Amino acid sequence: MKFTGAQLIMTLLERQGIETITGIPGGANLPMYDALGASRIRHVLARHEQGAGFIAQGMARASGRPAVCFGTSGPGATNLLTAIADAKLDSIPLVAITGQVPRAMIGTDAFQEIDTYGLTLPITKHNYLVRSAAELLEVIPDAFRVATSRRPGPVVIDVPKDVQNEPIEIDRLPSPGVADAPPEFADADVGRAAAMINAAQRPVMLIGAGIIAADAANAVRQLAETAGIPVAATLLGLGAMPAEHPLFIGMVGMHAARYTNLLLEECDLLIALGIRFDDRATGKAAEFCPHAQILHVDIDPSELGKIKRPTLGIEADVGAWLDTLLPAIQCNRRRGWTARLEYLRRQCPLIMPGADDPMQPYGIIRHTAAIAGADATVTTDVGQHQMWAAQAFPFCRPRQFLTSGGLGTMGFGLPAAIGAALAQPARTVVCFTGDGSLLMNVQELATAVEERVNVKLILLDNGHLGLVRQQQQLFYGGRYNASRFHAEPDFAAIARAFGVDAWDLEIERDPGSALDTALRATGPALVRVPIAAAANVYPMVPPGAANRDMIDGGIHDEAAA
Amino acid sequence: MTKLPPDLRAPSDEPRATAFLRLLVRNHAGVMSHVCGLFARRCFNLDGIVCLPVGDRSRSVILLAVNDDDRLNQLIRQVRKLEDVIDITRADEAKAAFNAARPWLS
Repeated sequence: MKFTGAQLIMTLLERQGIETITGIPGGANLPMYDALGASRIRHVLARHEQGAGFIAQGMARASGRPAVCFGTSGPGATNLLTAIADAKLDSIPLVAITGQVPRAMIGTDAFQEIDTYGLTLPITKHNYLVRSAAELLEVIPDAFRVATSRRPGPVVIDVPKDVQNEPIEIDRLPSPGVADAPPEFADADVGRAAAMINAAQRPVMLIGAGIIAADAANAVRQLAETAGIPVAATLLGLGAMPAEHPLFIGMVGMHAARYTNLLLEECDLLIALGIRFDDRATGKAAEFCPHAQILHVDIDPSELGKIKRPTLGIEADVGAWLDTLLPAIQCNRRRGWTARLEYLRRQCPLIMPGADDPMQPYGIIRHTAAIAGADATVTTDVGQHQMWAAQAFPFCRPRQFLTSGGLGTMGFGLPAAIGAALAQPARTVVCFTGDGSLLMNVQELATAVEERVNVKLILLDNGHLGLVRQQQQLFYGGRYNASRFHAEPDFAAIARAFGVDAWDLEIERDPGSALDTALRATGPALVRVPIAAAANVYPMVPPGAANRDMIDGGIHDEAAA
Repeated sequence: MTKLPPDLRAPSDEPRATAFLRLLVRNHAGVMSHVCGLFARRCFNLDGIVCLPVGDRSRSVILLAVNDDDRLNQLIRQVRKLEDVIDITRADEAKAAFNAARPWLS
């Protein structure tokens, strides 16, 4: 069989099961685009490489399978960096393939030459600079193995243009790369863990992205129901346990409901599953769950003891581990502890002012949820709207909620929504966004129109960088430097100019019915909701404070500040 | 006065404990960047590096002299996750390699 390097890349990607690639062509990756045109793989043309990176992330987050994006050398590669770094922090299997200047020109400051390998060293799980077409036979399958093994993550493959053009003749193609087997765990540790759980008076489970990556949501629910254990989630764990489940206590941390943080404060055993004790979840780590023994299960051994020293730390695939654990768990309703949960939930619930009004932050999210239904996938950008969505949207299945947790990237929401819609065309994808975030990748509206994806942007427009403004109000004496946008664009007009249907609820006579129409139509749509600049996300744990020290809603309104 | 974390304090005369690490790695151009970058971006000083290919030259051994502080175990775990690192162990006997190199460096 005769190939060029570029044809070999496409053939190996087809064999990995890749059906859609997103990216932008340029000088150094034109051979790959030439080969892509002749392959079975569909291409989605993004309008900025960061958009391409997040479209691929959306595909990967929604499907759980690795996704591929393309960029050319130089600015193509640098524009991808934010999406790659985002995938690293949230453990998303992303394979970014970049063009590079020909080998003979590397190191000469050639046109659009940049050290992609060096730039992506600290933000990838692994990266490759391919030196010959023959190397591709190892590198491409290995990249998919690395991206999907154990804790998933992004991989970069930088391919010089002459390697893409290099002819190669081979007898047989390598097998597609597959994930390594998960680590083995000791039965003795399962026994010890079961004993800790069975003996605990006030256990709480805290679940994170690892539960979703391990496909372990059912096992979590079984453990919770068998042993009467309340379950909290990190931002990226939302959806793994249905929001309406009586044992689910919501998101933990900086913007948790008071009862959630208070229950964790009281627990005597923290069962931490697939989490990394992120500071937005723990608050001041030294004072997180101060009375608890900690049982920590994670597939990444470097997470065990990184932030909190566990009483028992177990390196394992959390799904396989829970399946082994469950038979050793005693049935226990823990009536006293669950009654305590119900008491705290009644006394200190999540307060959602305006939840019935679609013109209010909580209201627009609750109304959207009611119309879009459980089948909808939800993405967000980053800021107040993200936290309101995390608090108020009743997530009920894994991979329903796609959000930039670790890196907190504004501009994530729209391209990620396009990717989710490409991966699962039957689902409506709702993107809650803000006026600050949307402008950071607004060019992808063109991609959404071109692909006719079912993406519904719900724009919470407060004319501000709202979460910045909130911190300036609470912690910087109300000095609102650079958080207000003095030029406020007409977002509905912007959307229409791209060919996206738009509704501005500020001028709609019946906002609820306009929202309903927008969500039920096919194709991309934008709904703008004007939001008061002073509307804040509460409760809030000040950065660096313990989770018990929550600033509540009500007393810290504009007048009090 | 603000108390700085140990790695940001000015070097003092106090002798600091040194730990020695031995890494077996795949021998290619990027591996040293991966290893050194991991230490550098955590503000963890590398006092000494010795590296040579071994066997059929498809692998190299890297000896590192580093500060023996609280974060070292976490760093060793992070190094172990690098794809190009086949093995990492603490190796106090590697001190001899750095002593042997000293005349060449002064």
